[in-house]
Amino acid sequence: MTRRERLSQRLRERILILDGGMGTMVQRYKLGEADYRGHLCRDHVCELKGNNDLLVLTKPEVIREIHDGYLAAGADIIETNTFNGTSIAMADYRLEHMVRVMNREAARLARACCDAWTKKTPEKPRFVAGALGPTNRTASISPDVNDPAKRNITYDELVVAYTEQIEALAAGGIDLVLVETIFDTLNAKAALMAYQNVFEHDADPPPLMISGTITDASGRTLSGQTVEAFWVSVRHARPLSIGINCALGAAAMRPHVEVLAKIAPDTFVSVYPNAGLPNPLSETGYDETPEVTAGLLREFAEAGLVNIVGGCCGTTPAHIEAIARAVAKLSPRPVLAR
Amino acid sequence: MEDTLYLSGLEPLAIGCDSLFVNIGERTNVTGSRAFAKLILNGDFAAAVEVARQQVENGAQIIDVNMDEAMLDSKAAMVRFLNIIATEPDIARVPVMIDSSKWEVIEAGLKCVQGKPVVNSISLKEGEAEFLRQARLIKKYGAATVVMAFDEKGQADTFARKTEICARAYRLLTEQVGFPASDIIFDPNVFALATGLEEHNNYGVDFIEAVRWIRANLPGAKTSGGISNLSFSFRGNELVREAMHTVFLYHAIRAGLTMGIVNAGQIGIYDELDPELREHCEDVVLNRRPDATERMLALAERVKGGGKARVEDLSWRELPVEERLKYALVKGISTFIVEDTEEARRKVARPLEVIEGPLMAGMNVVGDLFGEGKMFLPQVVKSARVMKQAVAHLVPYIEEEKRVLGSEAKTKGRIVLATVKGDVHDIGKNIVAVVLQCNNYEVIDLGVMVPCEKILAAARESNANLIGLSGLITPSLEEMAHVAAEMERTGLKVPLLIGGATTSRTHTAVKIAPNYSEPVVHVVDASRAVGVATSLLSEELRPAYVAELRADYAEIRERHAGKKTAPLVELEVARAKRFQGFAGEWADYRPPVPRQTGVVHLRDYPLAALVPYIDWTPFFLVWDLAGNYPRILDDEIVGEEARRVFRDGQAMLRRIVSEKWLTANAAYALLPASSEGEDIVLYTDESRSREAMRFHTLRQQVAKDGDRPHYALADFVAPKDLGWPDHLGLFAVTTGIGCEPGDARLRAFEEAGDDYNAILFKALADRLAEAFAEHLHERVRREFWGYSAEERLDNEALIREQYRGIRPAPGYPACPDHREKAAMFGVLRATEIGMGLTESLAMTPAASVSGFYFSHPAARYFSVGRIGEDQLADLARRRGEEVEAQRRALVGLG
Repeated sequence: MTRRERLSQRLRERILILDGGMGTMVQRYKLGEADYRGHLCRDHVCELKGNNDLLVLTKPEVIREIHDGYLAAGADIIETNTFNGTSIAMADYRLEHMVRVMNREAARLARACCDAWTKKTPEKPRFVAGALGPTNRTASISPDVNDPAKRNITYDELVVAYTEQIEALAAGGIDLVLVETIFDTLNAKAALMAYQNVFEHDADPPPLMISGTITDASGRTLSGQTVEAFWVSVRHARPLSIGINCALGAAAMRPHVEVLAKIAPDTFVSVYPNAGLPNPLSETGYDETPEVTAGLLREFAEAGLVNIVGGCCGTTPAHIEAIARAVAKLSPRPVLAR
Repeated sequence: MEDTLYLSGLEPLAIGCDSLFVNIGERTNVTGSRAFAKLILNGDFAAAVEVARQQVENGAQIIDVNMDEAMLDSKAAMVRFLNIIATEPDIARVPVMIDSSKWEVIEAGLKCVQGKPVVNSISLKEGEAEFLRQARLIKKYGAATVVMAFDEKGQADTFARKTEICARAYRLLTEQVGFPASDIIFDPNVFALATGLEEHNNYGVDFIEAVRWIRANLPGAKTSGGISNLSFSFRGNELVREAMHTVFLYHAIRAGLTMGIVNAGQIGIYDELDPELREHCEDVVLNRRPDATERMLALAERVKGGGKARVEDLSWRELPVEERLKYALVKGISTFIVEDTEEARRKVARPLEVIEGPLMAGMNVVGDLFGEGKMFLPQVVKSARVMKQAVAHLVPYIEEEKRVLGSEAKTKGRIVLATVKGDVHDIGKNIVAVVLQCNNYEVIDLGVMVPCEKILAAARESNANLIGLSGLITPSLEEMAHVAAEMERTGLKVPLLIGGATTSRTHTAVKIAPNYSEPVVHVVDASRAVGVATSLLSEELRPAYVAELRADYAEIRERHAGKKTAPLVELEVARAKRFQGFAGEWADYRPPVPRQTGVVHLRDYPLAALVPYIDWTPFFLVWDLAGNYPRILDDEIVGEEARRVFRDGQAMLRRIVSEKWLTANAAYALLPASSEGEDIVLYTDESRSREAMRFHTLRQQVAKDGDRPHYALADFVAPKDLGWPDHLGLFAVTTGIGCEPGDARLRAFEEAGDDYNAILFKALADRLAEAFAEHLHERVRREFWGYSAEERLDNEALIREQYRGIRPAPGYPACPDHREKAAMFGVLRATEIGMGLTESLAMTPAASVSGFYFSHPAARYFSVGRIGEDQLADLARRRGEEVEAQRRALVGLG
């Protein structure tokens, strides 16, 4: 059985649980500049505080503990700590040269955590999803209001950066590739091109998950696409799952999830919302309680809309535990065979 | 496999095989538009962007962008232009067609668009290797592609070459690249007609026929063409060019043309063309006569009217004002609309009457022509604009009237109106809005493509009293049902109005109203909107109105569900009114004697002989697709899906036959028979001394009007006491050997989790069994029994049962008693040909058919329907069994 078939089989049996937020969990450790630098980067030329992806090298115990927290909470799939792990995003920290090793180690770390848990409960295998963020630049939007043709990143540059990241993640050992928090579909399409290139001759590639972000109540991505148009633009990569994450809380996501569930009948649907809408007064920036988030996702599952659920910004192991409990007895959305 | 081509800009565009013609804007093409080329060469991209914007505003559903100009850095221009329009939501909403003869320009373009574009084009011109390389890349980029009918030998100009190249390209793309067939768009080359060269005369026909062929033979593939080329010979004569394009598109679209690159301003309305000009154009386009070109050129000289400027035909100005308004709307002419509207206003008492009268009449014509494919979207957009101008002229008068008349201009209610998500049609909705506003309702018009949650939010925020949903296309019906369900789920309490061309009272009653507890009303046209709104919002009228509405819809639903019970008559009464098959008008009838009698087995019958007898309609019912074949293939709602399963079915059927996946066996017997009351007695031979079996038929007892007979099948067989030697046939056929549980082929599908092919296989086996029954029946009539030796019917006539005699089957309405199969199988010795019966009397293999042959010319199918206790008791007596056993055997009848 290929990896895709194996995962499809699991997904037909029950709703799988994805982990929750990483950034907000790291915040709890109140790490300082020295923690981020560690021994490895003690002499680095610029400030590194806030570069969470670097922690897999400089403070791996923190990331391991967070992974373990989510696995203990019931997550079936955990994401590698590589949201900003492209040479494009790492340029801000002048760490482009570290991208390969960061991604590889991030994958290894998550792999080790998953394998340890799978060993304990072999009937519930855990999976590592190599996470690809949107980068901090957009290929469809001009950074200069006076020159609409201008772009600060090109498709080709994105393909190069994503290729490097995917290769390194694959070397570290991943079960899935997750292109997530898609603001600009052109960026995502570059990631999909990289994915197709890297695994072109691989008979058993890690399946692809795609998750877009609806940025506001207009129901569109930041680059202006409707959910339907977004799906039409990415479906050629034949992802295992299509979904929505971040930005909106679960409540506001519902109409968009309904659309995806309808227009992608042969593809699994994933949803991992933030813990509600941002609340600047809250410590983590979000204040939806685990019960509320889990209750909303339960409604999605009851309506037969979802196959994979989890959390994004502001969610914690407590959220994931509540979500896992809420959907445990509910059937996954039926998906047509391809 | 999916047939629909999905494209996207900021919004999706789905093009199914049954979609209306999709028009692609051609003005952002430097090779086609000198004006655009000039802007690009001068670097005036701002103005160039406006050209794109106008295209979209004028109804282009895709915009073609081409920068192939020798004086230009085409790649840089393509990138720059695509990057700019990406930031213009009004333009970026539609998909882009990246048009270049240079691959590097195309690839640069593919890297600039976030949506799913179309590449225009690739071809086999440079050989297979390059073609495959480009196709693989396009697939990875996630684009659809136009494939030109062009190969190593050159551009295809004949039907044979066009189809040969397209077939070859299709095979390469689908088999070697895994390119989705739905993402392939063939361009079989539109060439100039009426060039004076004889070898060009058939170009129009070749294109149209190639389109038809592609549609029929290359499943999922779409077609396109650059239409303007066609009329190259008539440059400068816009009138003739327009007529040529119109006629050509009319025929090409009928042949299945999916899309075309067109200048929306150069298409007219087929029905409105001058008949002489139209005929001449058709002669040229369809190559109908050798002198077509000369005649066309001569006519072109005449209609050109000397000058280059088009001579405007103003004769319509002589018509009465109401007709002029209609004409202006249909033609999209705004020149005189204000003065005509004003003239119409002066003729009537209230300004609103102009809208409700001539303007709406005109828009109805537009709607009809559009629905029939005789008008294209850009033209409808023009018509809508003219309509808006007319209404705009009337609004101040309506306001004034309201001010004067309704001093207490208190609003009567607030209504939220929207065209539902996925639908862009708002002409009807806008008229409803105007009419309601004129009647002092406050209208919150949310526009078109409105998502459900926005409608609900607007209704809640505005405290609306009513919600009105509109839509023109069929998928909108489902969306409306969804909105109703969401209104229920979120606890809204306001009535819902449903309107639009495809909506109906039945659909509203059956599919929408049950989703929502508050009143849901179908509003048949704009003129009814006020009446409905008034009734729903008036304290006095509402209770009665709603009660009546609910009763009305409940009845529609009940009628839809088709439930009614009729009284029965006593068995003796029914017998007295039996069908007289051998008395009265049939007194002189003598039953035909078979050429051969006795039991015959046919083993391993050739499957190929059965294929022409397949009745496809029930095949679609397997997939819950209701409709008659072949019309179902063009059905607006299920057509696409129907074509898909049909194509897959045809492909598998070919393999079933050629690889002999199934074995067909049959047993039949023509035996001496006579009727005794409701029983038909069959004898083993002509001595009529030994009974082979007794067939216990049942008589209709449901009360009937007048003289209509109460049938039993026995009525069609000569009664014993008359002494005429009649016969009855029995048959059992199967094509299910090879498609039973455990058979290798089926198991392979099932083990692979391939339910689709497993079901398809079984459905085809069933169809073949029915076909075998039909085929064998024909041979019985023509050869074995031989009473219709001269009969020659095509399959459609067979399906419509236009032959003499019937073959009712046990378990079906005329013979609901399955137990008859047991005796029948015994007589036929069916086990010897691999057939059997289960405990519950189901036939094995599953793909089997059995039944009786009746030869009486008046024999007909009927439904026994419910029967009374008296007949149950009689049947028990005839069978020598308990009454309760009969009741159990005839569940639902007694």
